Amino acid sequence: MTRNSRYGFETLSIHAGAGPDPATGARSTPIYQTTAFVFDDADHAASLFNLQTFGYIYGRLTNPTTAVLEERIASLEGGRGATCTASGHSAQMLAFFPLLQPGDEFISSRRLYGGSITQFTRTFKKFGWSGLLVDTDEPDNVRRAINPKTKAIFCESLANPGGVISDIEVLAKIAHEHGLPLIVDNTMATPYLCRPIEWGADLVIHSTTKFLSGHGNAMGGAVVDSGTFDWGQGDKFPSLSKPEPAYHGLTFTETFGDLAYTIYGHAVGLRDLGPTMAPMNAYLTIMGCETLALRMQRHIENAQAVAEYLSRHPQVAWVSYAGLKGNKYHALAQKYLPKGAGSVFTIGIKGGYDAGVKVVESVDLFSHLANIGDTRSLIIHPASTTHRQLSVEQATAAGAGPDVLRLSIGLESIDDILRDLDQALGQAARLAA
Amino acid sequence: MTAAPVVNEDRHASYTDAHIKGILRGVKTIAMVGASTNWNRPSYFAMKYLQDKGYRVFPVNPGAAGQTVLGEKIFASLRDIPEKIDMVDVFRAAEHVPPIAADAVAIGAKVLWMQLGVRNDTAAETAEKAGLTVIMNRCPKIEYGRLSGELGWHGFNSGVITSKRRKI
Ligand SMILES: Cc1ncc(COP(=O)(O)O)c(C=O)c1O
Repeated sequence: MTRNSRYGFETLSIHAGAGPDPATGARSTPIYQTTAFVFDDADHAASLFNLQTFGYIYGRLTNPTTAVLEERIASLEGGRGATCTASGHSAQMLAFFPLLQPGDEFISSRRLYGGSITQFTRTFKKFGWSGLLVDTDEPDNVRRAINPKTKAIFCESLANPGGVISDIEVLAKIAHEHGLPLIVDNTMATPYLCRPIEWGADLVIHSTTKFLSGHGNAMGGAVVDSGTFDWGQGDKFPSLSKPEPAYHGLTFTETFGDLAYTIYGHAVGLRDLGPTMAPMNAYLTIMGCETLALRMQRHIENAQAVAEYLSRHPQVAWVSYAGLKGNKYHALAQKYLPKGAGSVFTIGIKGGYDAGVKVVESVDLFSHLANIGDTRSLIIHPASTTHRQLSVEQATAAGAGPDVLRLSIGLESIDDILRDLDQALGQAARLAA
Repeated sequence: MTAAPVVNEDRHASYTDAHIKGILRGVKTIAMVGASTNWNRPSYFAMKYLQDKGYRVFPVNPGAAGQTVLGEKIFASLRDIPEKIDMVDVFRAAEHVPPIAADAVAIGAKVLWMQLGVRNDTAAETAEKAGLTVIMNRCPKIEYGRLSGELGWHGFNSGVITSKRRKI
């Protein structure tokens, strides 16, 4: 298939999916702020409902503004298609939805965004889905965990809260040896730094809330399908390979070939679960994508400078940034993220929990909030916020122990970023003294 | 799928957009071998879509000969169709393609198109030797949708970048 590979990343970031509006010639993508779309006649309506023709029906399934973003993200990741969702979390739900039946399992890296750990191990249980967390740094852990009920392997390329890099190529190989798809959450790396499909991933998910929208102003998620996984093998994925009762016995893989997964995402996933991205948020995220390369360059430049500065700071016990020489994941960073190791990472503060709380309360330029991937520099103390639902052992295993601070380095002047951190660390030191 | 071994370098692994566009622009009549009267079969989807786009589609299916589907009479064989056929679109498993290719040559078709998942290099060679253009393992509906921008409506990577306004 042609995958507009002859265009560079920056060109795709600006143009993919977005020609001038066919109706008006508007050059910037219009916000189609509508819930529904008229049918030409009853036959056209029937064809649309039967999925026999391409077109818009109702905003819960598809929207022209959102479709531009979907094609944009699919292009940037080198995938066949994408389904955008209301949030990163709903992207995860939608990614698993075609794959899992009640009683099924998937294996995930245990180094994940805390909210994902909770979603996988608690909330998904209510659907009869089990997410099994393992230490994927040791590939044999994954091999050992696979059983006949396993339907997928999941990891974050660059894991939140930071510093950890998954060996995507190795995990993809294990997954494929067992006829399983590898799903990679590429939120923290973005396709500018890493394109998991090129390393063998079959599905890529995003919280577009973070770097893709990039300005801390629009929730969203995306599920990208590489189009290369064989969903028809065996009877492992009946939603895709067996007649679908909700569409009068249509079989998605047979009818739609390599479009099957993404069509299922819209026609069944969004239709029946309903976590649709708002057109306004799609527009804001399209705007974010246009400057992704430029922003990421500055994000990683600033992050590298902050990591180096803090690794020499007397108040800082350790810095977990894979861009630093000597870091456990430095070699993997050079392989998977050669441009830079992202801009979100953790540090260990001397003085533990109380010192961590003091720093987040003392910053003046950094914003103390639960997000990453903003133009603004952000800070959080995971143990008292994002990871507080987890046990101390779980939180520590996820890289979010009591002394940990997570930084998301923004695009401000580097001297101002360093000065703010230094004064806040100073206040924490005075507290301890 | 029982495809014959590929001998030379694989000219059928990918096709340029211009090549596919040229075919879809050039043909007016399409014979669809393996057309189904069952509305939820892929061939029915493709036939309905291609009709909507202005193609005249002649269904071929010996098991359903004489019945009609989407307003068209079903023929038992390509050789029974009274009109001139530009393209033969094959919805049959790969092993059934060689006699269809021979018929396509006999009726003077210009294009032999094998559906997504269907590839038979022997049949392709027969057709190509007789001067036909051959496409394998593609769906004309999906290709039409991709190149016209419609596929992008559903979040697919069309591969098309343009600053020109498309016609509606
Ligand atoms: C790596 C990662 N995945 C998924 C999510 C969930 O995304 P959202 O908050 O958009 O639902 C987050 C959010 O923090 C994240 O950092």
